[in-house]
Amino acid sequence: MKTALAIYKRELSAYFTRPTAYAIIIIFLILVMALTFTFGRFFRIGDANLEYSFFFWHPWLFMLLAPAVGMGLWSDEQRTGTIELLGTLPTTIWSAIVGKYLAAATVCLAAVALTFPIWITVNRLGEPDNLTIFSGYLGSFLVCCTFLALTMLVSAFTRDQVVCLIVSVAICVLMVLCSYGDFVIEASKNAPRWLVEAMLSFGVWDHFRSLMRGAFRLQDFVWFTTLIMASLIGTSAILSARRS
Amino acid sequence: MIEVKNLTKRFGPKVAVDNLSFTVTKGEVLGFLGPNGAGKSTTMRMVTGFFPATSGDIQICGISMRDQAEEAKTKIGYLPESAPLYNDMTVSSFLGWVAEMRGIKGKAKKEAVSRVIDTCFLQSVAKQAIDTLSKGYRHRTCLAQSLIHDPEVLILDEPTDGLDPNQKHEVRRLIKELGKEKAVLFSTHILEEVEAACSRAVIVDRGRIVADGTPAELKEKGDGSLHELFRKVTTRDTAKVA
Ligand SMILES: Nc1ncnc2c1ncn2[C@@H]1O[C@H](COP(=O)(O)OP(=O)(O)O)[C@@H](O)[C@H]1O
Ligand SMILES: [Mg+2]
Repeated sequence: MKTALAIYKRELSAYFTRPTAYAIIIIFLILVMALTFTFGRFFRIGDANLEYSFFFWHPWLFMLLAPAVGMGLWSDEQRTGTIELLGTLPTTIWSAIVGKYLAAATVCLAAVALTFPIWITVNRLGEPDNLTIFSGYLGSFLVCCTFLALTMLVSAFTRDQVVCLIVSVAICVLMVLCSYGDFVIEASKNAPRWLVEAMLSFGVWDHFRSLMRGAFRLQDFVWFTTLIMASLIGTSAILSARRS
Repeated sequence: MIEVKNLTKRFGPKVAVDNLSFTVTKGEVLGFLGPNGAGKSTTMRMVTGFFPATSGDIQICGISMRDQAEEAKTKIGYLPESAPLYNDMTVSSFLGWVAEMRGIKGKAKKEAVSRVIDTCFLQSVAKQAIDTLSKGYRHRTCLAQSLIHDPEVLILDEPTDGLDPNQKHEVRRLIKELGKEKAVLFSTHILEEVEAACSRAVIVDRGRIVADGTPAELKEKGDGSLHELFRKVTTRDTAKVA
């Protein structure tokens, strides 16, 4: 576990010595604020709990930005051959996976946390339910972590960052779209019921929406942690398989 | 120190390493010779625990690489063939990170880093970013990384590849020096290197050992020339394939 910490610190400082992390965080902040104050109609609807004006946009941004954060996690390591260093140092594959994943998650956490001025703003302007807002932040971070874990899994398959980016964005877009309201209504006209059910449970909205509204449901946490754990375990399996 | 028994590696139907056995004891430098594609790197990757063997047994200082990989890896310093490095770090921060990964902390870490920087002549680039280094310096940085914990077993995959003649000479001298108190296994396809640095050498071809002995013995087998022997034992096989 000490090596996991060393790997975590190295990865995190790598994010911030390259422009990647800054670029992603700044783009996220600009876009989320722009969307909140334009299409989100933040002032007009007086949405003090930030549900529709603010949190609503997070999955749409994360489906593009989380893959950008995670695309290099293992593909770069395989392209430059540093995986051979990592694989021959006295550490386990799990320490490496956990260290790297947490470093990427920290970048995402920074992006989400840096939106705090809007939280201050709603507290100045009105009387929001801060627990609901916290729950929204939690849900938003979990969505981001889920996308990140899937990206990590994809990055284990390829040594090419661009391929990893494209494939992971495709998966994340699918997860956002397939349970989105309009899309589901359209689909339920033609598709069989089981397919619609499957789409709903595969997509993020069912699970994110309840957190966005301040409802802590066990099933949502199970869903998020299952997806994240499954991706991490998958990553370890793929990396081991590619080495033998 | 390094004991390899009946090591075999298959990639699908392809046999890259075929029933290889050898030992390297303390104070010995074993040269691993062979044409490209002979299976030298594959053998080293198994010995260092990067990937598992299809079959066979590897012991490092009496510790099994299969059953106690994490512990066995603490005994080994390894220079991979392509000298991979994290390009976003500086030379000294990279070496510090490797030290940390090997459980060296605080003052000991600082000392270890400056020791290997001295041994590998990296003083002038210590604060430089790795992606701005020339090839020779990259190689030496990776070599320095393998020495940071003063390992008992040193495995170097083509350590002189891409170096200029002066650097080659320095590295050979260094290998010979280190070989006095460590078990060193290094691969090369430069035959002069064998005489310059090894106490013993094996010639590997298509995954098998085809010749084994001290440089003098090998020379004798090749009627006075290593080149002659190398051609004799390695072309015979490729001729058979063709
Ligand atoms: N990951 C791999 N998958 C399939 N074949 C491989 C892999 N790695 C090495 N080989 C094959 O194994 C053989 C030995 O390669 P290698 O050990 O790199 O040779 P050397 O280092 O002696 O030049 C080569 O024919 C190579 O193509
Ligand atoms: Mg090789």
